[in-house]
Amino acid sequence: MARFILRRLIWTIPSLIVVTFLVYIAIRIGTNPAESYKRSNPRANAAKIEEYKQLNNLTGNYVKGYVKWSQGFLKGLFDGGASWQRTIKGRQEVWPLLKDAMANTLRLGLAATVIGIGFGILLGIYVAMRPGSLRDATVNTGAFVAFSIPPYVSAVLLQLFLAVMWSRWFGSSLLPTSGVYPPGHQGFDLWLMAKHMVLPVMVVSIQIIAVYTRYMRASLLEVLNSDYMRTARAKGISERRVLVNHAVRNSLIPVVTVAAIDVGGILGGLIITERIFSYPGMGDYFLTAFSNGDFPQLMPFMVVVVFAVLMFNLVADVSYAWLDPRIRLG
Amino acid sequence: MIDRNDQPILSLRDFRVSFPTINGTVQAVRGIDLDIHRGEMVGVVGESGSGKSVTFLGLMGLLPRTAVIEGSAKIDGEELVGRTSKQMRSVRGKRIAMIFQDPLSALNPVHRIGKQITEMLNAHQSLSKVAARERAIELLDMVGIPQPDQRAQQYPHEFSGGMRQRVMIAMAIANDPDVLIADEPTTALDVTVQAQILDVMQRIQRELNTAIVLITHDLGVVARVVDRVQVMYAGRAVERASVENLFRHASHPYTRGLMASLPSLDAHRLVPIPGAPPNMLEPPPGCAFAPRCSHRRDECVVELPSLRPFGAGETSCVRAEELVEVLQ
Amino acid sequence: MAEITTSVPPVTPEAIEAAGTDSLAASGLSTKSLSPRQMAVRRYFHHKGAFAATIVLGIMVLFVLLAPITARYGVNEAIFRAQAGVPNQNLAPFSKAWFGTDEIGRDIYSRLIYGIRVSLLVGIAAAFFATLIGVTVGAFAGLRGGRFDDLLMRVTDVFLAFPFLVALLVVRNLLGELDWVTSIFGPRTSLRFIIMLFTLFGWMAVARIVRGNVLALKEREFIEAARALGASNWQIVSRHLLPNSIGPVMVALTNTVVAAIIGESTLSFFGFGFQAGAGDTSLGLLVADAKGGVLSGWWWKVVFPCSALSIIALCINFIGDGLRDATDPKLVQG
Repeated sequence: MARFILRRLIWTIPSLIVVTFLVYIAIRIGTNPAESYKRSNPRANAAKIEEYKQLNNLTGNYVKGYVKWSQGFLKGLFDGGASWQRTIKGRQEVWPLLKDAMANTLRLGLAATVIGIGFGILLGIYVAMRPGSLRDATVNTGAFVAFSIPPYVSAVLLQLFLAVMWSRWFGSSLLPTSGVYPPGHQGFDLWLMAKHMVLPVMVVSIQIIAVYTRYMRASLLEVLNSDYMRTARAKGISERRVLVNHAVRNSLIPVVTVAAIDVGGILGGLIITERIFSYPGMGDYFLTAFSNGDFPQLMPFMVVVVFAVLMFNLVADVSYAWLDPRIRLG
Repeated sequence: MIDRNDQPILSLRDFRVSFPTINGTVQAVRGIDLDIHRGEMVGVVGESGSGKSVTFLGLMGLLPRTAVIEGSAKIDGEELVGRTSKQMRSVRGKRIAMIFQDPLSALNPVHRIGKQITEMLNAHQSLSKVAARERAIELLDMVGIPQPDQRAQQYPHEFSGGMRQRVMIAMAIANDPDVLIADEPTTALDVTVQAQILDVMQRIQRELNTAIVLITHDLGVVARVVDRVQVMYAGRAVERASVENLFRHASHPYTRGLMASLPSLDAHRLVPIPGAPPNMLEPPPGCAFAPRCSHRRDECVVELPSLRPFGAGETSCVRAEELVEVLQ
Repeated sequence: MAEITTSVPPVTPEAIEAAGTDSLAASGLSTKSLSPRQMAVRRYFHHKGAFAATIVLGIMVLFVLLAPITARYGVNEAIFRAQAGVPNQNLAPFSKAWFGTDEIGRDIYSRLIYGIRVSLLVGIAAAFFATLIGVTVGAFAGLRGGRFDDLLMRVTDVFLAFPFLVALLVVRNLLGELDWVTSIFGPRTSLRFIIMLFTLFGWMAVARIVRGNVLALKEREFIEAARALGASNWQIVSRHLLPNSIGPVMVALTNTVVAAIIGESTLSFFGFGFQAGAGDTSLGLLVADAKGGVLSGWWWKVVFPCSALSIIALCINFIGDGLRDATDPKLVQG
């Protein structure tokens, strides 16, 4: 088992380098330096543009540029982002922006993911107990509809009805539709924050619940039809033990693996929802940086995302091996 | 050793199983009478679809909820038919244990072997953790698994097919059941391994005085270890005899047909039984084998034949007396 | 041992009547059977969702194909010229404009029809090409195995784990800056480019599914038998593996269509999508316009495009589900 983890870990490091390198190239080409700089700073002259390019090593050889950039990046990890280049627009420090964005997105994402996966699994178990029953059909169809409707459609519709229409019919809006706090609010307020998170979390978790209900149901049904379930019953152990120790235990394996991968995608996966609800998270950060072609702002974001994805892929692999001993050898 | 005058440990009377399906009701088992005594090994032989497995899955309560089970099945005098799932739990694994055909898929792949055995023990006995572990290792040793203490820590996929089946047997005898039902235990195994497993089972029969029901389609397996044989066809028993008598003087054309289709060194061709088993949605009237039987007469299809004493055993063929000459 | 004859004439009166001299029927076996394709079709229509979805989508497609007839106005045409006191912007649905008008007085119903046409085009084209590439690569990887297969799985693993929109946008901009790409597919706001983009993202999922299927089929005896008869790799792929993979491939295809349609609308929503002149629109653009409608309560701008998008996605998903039911090997064997 330890050997397995070690092997996977060793493979992760070079892939981290390769992927970030490819991302570097993609971003460098995709954010045309001269154009982007000019767009954000219309009165910049050629010298300023050149300076920008030099600072960010955007001239010349890609490999050298990557090396230089990664040196700066790694240094910045240890000095609180001071060694990171500033944004094109407004020459802001990147780290504080990134930090806040991450915090906001993590709050939203983790809440929605935990709720979504948790309820999804429970619901999936609930319906797999009586396949073909009315409740099975209802939940199945409901889940199907829920995940067919793209999240931003449901977000917009929810916004429309719960906030705008509601306030038309009832006076004030039921739930706030944007931001982390009402505009102008200072300081930390859990209740207000929670109120603002309700709609976006609802939108995201409904999608997740829909997907995981179907996963869990499918997995559990397959397990319930396995031969070892019959053996377990033939042993005369209690039905609850049969369900928990055999059915659920075995059927959770693929679901947990997928869940790990999904968690890895949280940081970049809420862009649409955040935009619709004007939630200042990673999505907002990315869209701003992306629209501006802001290389120094984009790269740290991309690294964080790449890291999260690769790390959680590793976690998924390891947890799969841990849960299913058949995988461990090899 | 086997005292036939003793009360049978497992007794079926007019045992029936049917399944409602979209196309109609499948009558899988159409009235089985069978007595099994303590310590005897009975072979139940038949093709796929003969109802041989369904009979015993049915009395164990391991069939899908939609199955309709009628008649009587008694374990040491206590009725099993009509029991709820909960009530069946005190029987399963404790008084009647069952092992299945493919030990790889029958064992939970993510639990260690030792744990799967102690689970069986803990379901019906209260042992301390240590005592249970030790007993599990003892059981593995009893079925001939080398280095049982190490092996108990391993997972099913780390065992060979024969070893896995031994593990299944160890699990089954953990609580010293009165009856062990083995559903095609050797079908998925190599021939040499088959012999080993049958030996293990015979040892258990002798040492623990456990009654064993050996369900199989393989006459060769039956010839080796069992005391008595019941031949099934289309949900009914068509012949019953001791194993020597069956092989020497089979009285039912179906049994004869089965034996004729076994490859042998001096036969020139394989002689199959023509035709195919009947559709159990609408079983034919009278003797179910009649359409394929070359000795059939009108009287065969008049009514459903039952087992009756014939010679040293029992047969359901209404023409058994006349055919004695022909079938030799 | 007695000899047993091999002919089995029936004896019972009932058997004779029912079966004539058919021995199989005399023994009670059913002889009626349908071809696998017929059974698949039957299973498909048995799926109520798929059945309804096929009809709904069919009607929609018909409407879209007959656009000049079914649309009441041109895609860029105001329903009537605005005059003083008679505005044409943002009107609620009424007889002249069934779904209301947008901010410059155009009929939303007509624009919806044209918009759906564009989106469906993107979805189907992208899915078609993605499936073509995905099936080829996936079958090859599955059959050959080894390094190539390993590499494919690793690469697609990482790619597919990436947050979709981030990857989509980054790749879009990257390709949009490369001259050799834009010279073939046009600028990044053109339809061709967008189709290419979704093909690029779509083939991987298809390849994985096909590869998985091929791996499973490879072990089956009929492939071994074909090899023993001397079939070449190519023959095995085209005559045995592909026909048996049609089920999963069709399901993957429908998934790609939905993904492309929703993806395109997402891109348009953020302004990174299709931008043709002359008021041409797509579903995504219409939904993007909708955002403006939320705060002002112009519900028709939101509800109709959103519903259209949802219905299309739902229908295609149902059809995919029906296809899965129709071709599921577990259900086929019964």
